[in-house]
Amino acid sequence: MKFYNCEKACHICDKSQYKENTFIEKLLLQFHLVFCMVCRKYTANNNKLSLAFKKSNLKTLSLAQKQVLQERLQMEMRKQN
Amino acid sequence: MPSVLLHPEHWVKNYADYLYNYTIVRVNNHEIAQDLISETFLAGLKSLANFKGEAGERTWLISILKRKIIDYYRKINSAKGKAEVRFSYQSEDDEGDWLEERVSDPFDKTAEDTMENEELRLAILNCLDTLPEKQAEIFKMKTIEEKETEEICNEFNITPSNFWVIIHRARKTMAECLQKNWF
Repeated sequence: MKFYNCEKACHICDKSQYKENTFIEKLLLQFHLVFCMVCRKYTANNNKLSLAFKKSNLKTLSLAQKQVLQERLQMEMRKQN
Repeated sequence: MPSVLLHPEHWVKNYADYLYNYTIVRVNNHEIAQDLISETFLAGLKSLANFKGEAGERTWLISILKRKIIDYYRKINSAKGKAEVRFSYQSEDDEGDWLEERVSDPFDKTAEDTMENEELRLAILNCLDTLPEKQAEIFKMKTIEEKETEEICNEFNITPSNFWVIIHRARKTMAECLQKNWF
């Protein structure tokens, strides 16, 4: 088992926001955080960001849906010109 | 000449997500929301000459969208043959447009969708605008649309390592931006 440096710890922290980390990764990240204040701060901000997205219940249109809107708008613009 | 100029060619890119979030909490149906946004853009295009430039482009589009939402409710109400119900008017002397109030009233929503959440959504959308286009798209697909990493990598033809670097940069920028404007 290899201990994490800060770069690796941040990467695992990012993955954990999407629940894509393994149990071992989670454990090693926690161990790193005990000793690293910088990564603790990054993790706290990262968690806050995830919470903000969850709370906001933000929705976006997909690229394909935007494409449909754009094409319809452009068609009308061409008609006007 | 208006002090603010309109750029219809950028409306979808700049305002579609904002208008969508405004609409979806009011009509609660994806297809209807999408139709209303499309109608709003087309109505905006037809009314370019009426734009006085007193409000910003987005505010102007929102005012058109509000009318579209009101029209939508009027249409479904008349289709069902329902009489207009004025919940908040106590006597016959009280007058007002309850549909208008329903569209603009921030308290006419569920508990989960408070005014604060609307402001938070706006803050997030503004911060998303600060990200480079590709980074923003990938971040949105992962964080909002909750797509699988592999699917996004295939769509953008990037490796998982590149994907996580992009996500890391996006998250860092977003956290810093929201730190300044929200937290």
